[in-house]
Amino acid sequence: MAQVFTKSMARNIFYGGSVFFILLFLALTLDTSFALPERDQRHQLDLSTEVGQRIAKGKELWEHNNCIGCHTLLGEGAYFAPELGNVYTRFGNNKEAIKAYIQSRPPMGIPGRRSMPQFNFSNEELDAIAEFLKYSSEINTAGWPPNIQG
Amino acid sequence: MKYKSQAVAKPYFIAAIGLFLAQVIFGIVLGIQYVVGDFLFPEIPFNVARMVHTNTLIVWLLMGFMGAAYYLIPEESERELYAPWLAHLMFWIFLIAAALTVIGYLAVPYARLAEITGNDILPTMGREFLEQPTITKVGIVIVALAFLFNIGMTVLKGRKTVVSLVMLIGLVGLAVFFLFSFYNPTNLVLDKFYWWWVVHLWVEGVWELIMGAMLAFVLIKTTGVDREVVEKWLYIIIAMALITGIIGTGHHYYWIGAPEYWHWWGSIFSALEPLPFFMMTVFAFNMVNQRRRNHPNKAAVLWALGTAVLAFLGAGVWGFLHTLAPVNYYTHGSQITAAHGHLAFYGAYVLINITMISYAMPLLNGREANSMRSQVLEMWAFWLMSISMVFITLFLTAAGILQIFLQRYTETPLPFMVVQDKVALFYWLRVLSGVVFLGGLGAYIASFFVAAHDAKHPQAIEAGKVQPNPAAV
Repeated sequence: MAQVFTKSMARNIFYGGSVFFILLFLALTLDTSFALPERDQRHQLDLSTEVGQRIAKGKELWEHNNCIGCHTLLGEGAYFAPELGNVYTRFGNNKEAIKAYIQSRPPMGIPGRRSMPQFNFSNEELDAIAEFLKYSSEINTAGWPPNIQG
Repeated sequence: MKYKSQAVAKPYFIAAIGLFLAQVIFGIVLGIQYVVGDFLFPEIPFNVARMVHTNTLIVWLLMGFMGAAYYLIPEESERELYAPWLAHLMFWIFLIAAALTVIGYLAVPYARLAEITGNDILPTMGREFLEQPTITKVGIVIVALAFLFNIGMTVLKGRKTVVSLVMLIGLVGLAVFFLFSFYNPTNLVLDKFYWWWVVHLWVEGVWELIMGAMLAFVLIKTTGVDREVVEKWLYIIIAMALITGIIGTGHHYYWIGAPEYWHWWGSIFSALEPLPFFMMTVFAFNMVNQRRRNHPNKAAVLWALGTAVLAFLGAGVWGFLHTLAPVNYYTHGSQITAAHGHLAFYGAYVLINITMISYAMPLLNGREANSMRSQVLEMWAFWLMSISMVFITLFLTAAGILQIFLQRYTETPLPFMVVQDKVALFYWLRVLSGVVFLGGLGAYIASFFVAAHDAKHPQAIEAGKVQPNPAAV
């Protein structure tokens, strides 16, 4: 056994295999880059439009308040609070419903239960967040999540 | 310890264990918040505690890797570290940056932290695991570069072995892929796509090289098996890790907007990802069975074997459990993911670091192994932590299966929070297991003090109580 399979063979498999699969991964990444414009709703992100500006602002607020620390977005994040990639559809395609929910969180929480913090967003900020969540819900996610509950 | 400069590893190891303790304490806070929703609210909301939990994990694992490199690279290279002072300086920079970041998380609201640290200039914050302020990320890059320069020069000027080469390739990869954390476009799909180049290509890519090198080093030292044999194993293990792991990234691209062909690439290659972990298990047990010496540090050998087994279970088996696209359609972003994450990180990266620390710390303290009393305590720590982590994983898996059934699989899917209430029993059991885990960690930390005490008072141990080394007889 020791003579049949030598260390230099193992080394060559490592270098050859790694390089080959890195190149294959880069090729697939390139192909994905060409396919994404059809799927990722990037036309909405144009910063010369009001919608585009709102989405950018909404994503910034999403990040600056660490929403991913409790929620999932397209299934990624923490599993403490509901999925938000489809919250726009779950709330009846209604941005106002999303805004009202965020706005109504009690500052001191709910005794014994999980509660979202009160972030005291302005109306403009709430618009931005809702727009960002609407945009997220329109990304082509290959049919995920399985149903409206996320 | 053969070279004086290996001593720089010691503060890294001590800080690593300190941060590990913080990580576990915050883990228990999170576990309680899962069942008592308003625990510490609004002072420490869940998202803040989770940041502390995951970020201290990442920092202490990196501390452990760096300490391991500072320990093993001089020994492999057969020369002193290129610049020990630089390693000391970087230790303090890294530790202070980490401490300030954690204090920032806890002391001010996250949005305020983003504002203070100027996240607008180069927005990188607010993404899972990469929550650190941009300035901290820049600090990590500086520390990583100084570290790579230091060990790179040591390798270049000394003996070049497969172990040091693989360690170096892994660490360079770690630094390179971290740079993708600075890319954060508004386009959510692109953001997520390249976020995985940090997260996946770290833990299911280059970190496996680091882990393999550390395991190989400890096994060479503790079993005395011929280096040629170990090196061949190491090459083939890391070859399989990268061959399966790189395209395996595709299992994260199923539902985030990427094309559907990733369902095939991701499923096929990530189904093979358990292979390198399985080989690691076979490798570790083979080496120990073929040992040419019985190293007096039996605890280190136990940690090494535990690493191989639990990494295979956590990363391999629990990874495979939900990696096929049709399965992942239901399990994606559920408690199954959390179950896998816990056992995989514990089995692979927590245990490899403790293996290294357990092997190196006695030597750094000027003895080949700790007293038997201390080693027995360490073995208690191993079993307590490992068994409780397996239970955490099983309880989260049970919670996950119920969650998926109730929320995603039945004809009448229930809302998220309704389902969370229904599976609360398993969250209670999980947090109880977490407390046992903390006890295990306490035993581990206590073993260092027992070892120090026994080394200072050798007369306290009767000659007959010290186990004679069977190999020496």
